Amino acid sequence: MQAPVEHRWSPYADNGGTCLGVAGEDFVVVAADTRLSQGYSIHTRDCSKVTQLTDKCVIVSCGMKADAITLHKHLKARLVMYEHQHRKQASVTAIAQMLATTLYYKRFFPYYTFNVLCGIDDEGKGAVYHYDAIGSFERVPYTTSGSGSSLVMSVLDAQIAKGNQTVDTPPLDKRGIVELAKDVLSSVGERDIHTGDYAEIFLIDASGVTPTRFDLKLD
Amino acid sequence: MVQVEEPQDYVDVLQSHRGGFSFENCKRNAYLAAQAGIKPPTAMKSGTTICGIVVKDAVILAADTRATNGPMVADKNCEKLHYIAKNIYCAGAGTAADLQHTTEMMESQIELLRMATGTQPRVCTVVKRLSSMLFKYQGYIGCALVLGGFDVTGPHLYQIYPHGSTDKLPFTTMGSGSLAAMAIMEAEYNENMSIEEGKKLVAKAIRSGIFNDLGSGGNVDVCVITKDAGGNILRNYEKPNERKFRAQHKAFPKGTTPVIKETIMKLVSVETDVVMRD
Repeated sequence: MQAPVEHRWSPYADNGGTCLGVAGEDFVVVAADTRLSQGYSIHTRDCSKVTQLTDKCVIVSCGMKADAITLHKHLKARLVMYEHQHRKQASVTAIAQMLATTLYYKRFFPYYTFNVLCGIDDEGKGAVYHYDAIGSFERVPYTTSGSGSSLVMSVLDAQIAKGNQTVDTPPLDKRGIVELAKDVLSSVGERDIHTGDYAEIFLIDASGVTPTRFDLKLD
Repeated sequence: MVQVEEPQDYVDVLQSHRGGFSFENCKRNAYLAAQAGIKPPTAMKSGTTICGIVVKDAVILAADTRATNGPMVADKNCEKLHYIAKNIYCAGAGTAADLQHTTEMMESQIELLRMATGTQPRVCTVVKRLSSMLFKYQGYIGCALVLGGFDVTGPHLYQIYPHGSTDKLPFTTMGSGSLAAMAIMEAEYNENMSIEEGKKLVAKAIRSGIFNDLGSGGNVDVCVITKDAGGNILRNYEKPNERKFRAQHKAFPKGTTPVIKETIMKLVSVETDVVMRD
């Protein structure tokens, strides 16, 4: 006879995927794959993790897709109310704070989302904010989130922060960072089973949000 | 964790040493997990899609080439088609180490048998030995195999599960991608296919596993076993997953890595009374 085992239904699911954000002098690059998976199966190959909140701000969420959809919907509704009250669009710093409080409201039944908020701040500089599931956040020069995040972070640390290097090379420009984001996502697609199919890259600068798309491996 | 009983007397001690694995370390593992909080290491599995078919005059096996360690890909191009004899090959799914050692052991046993009897080894021999061994270890050896070969009695295809059960079939699939591959097989298999059509079908079935199952990926390996030529492995028969984008990275300039400490040690001492001859 088997020992009694407690079976619990879990309200959470992990839909996989990887995302990253890099802040430049006056621009931000956001990249994320578009694969939605569960266990060993693929739900869909073409599902965007990114939502544009304002002309200058974009949020990308990894983790559970259902919670991400609801969270983004909630944020967009709050931003419409902000615009009505303040007669202007919310700044990235304001949205960052609002996202943190929104997440902490559900401290005891969290949104299973690992968010990265990116945009151009009021001074025209690139801003990237990294969040955990319950709203702890920090403004960072670059970050990553999702199932392949450990693979991505080491590469970004080496290529952008260059903390392990003595020789001074000039920082990457816009094109260089976009190429790096593409290369990094391709590499993660090779080694993480939950990342792949297609990738979206968003370049946010003074002229607005420019989306591009490229192919990753389908296996 | 495993419940380990204390031996009561010498009979229990003798009993615990009979056959199969020695479970002495289970007590140690239980202690480590409970008191020292040390988790046991996980075995590397191959997610896998493998399949086999019997056509007119041949047995064709195929496999994908991805080995996974949890959600990470450990090997993008590993070999899952194992040589057992010139006319017998085996595709394996499950724990990578178990597969490698089990198939190598079979290869060596069959070679010894071939030399002892002077006859071509038969597929049924391998099946019997594999299933007996796997049953003896009660499923602890994680090998799920698609075994195929062509011997004097004709072409044969078997499927063998980790607990030791066997099935003799005209076509079969195993591994995490087996459902994806079986869908293709059921739709398109018929027993009058030629070898070329057979190769195309198994490759299609494996491709279905590669693209629709996350535990499978990489390239398609195919093995064709015929009466006269024996087995012929077509490594990377199809490569549907070439990397699409690779950035050009500038080489790191000399002196990039910070040197923290430099120590020069004299390891060799030269004797001055040694004279070099011209």
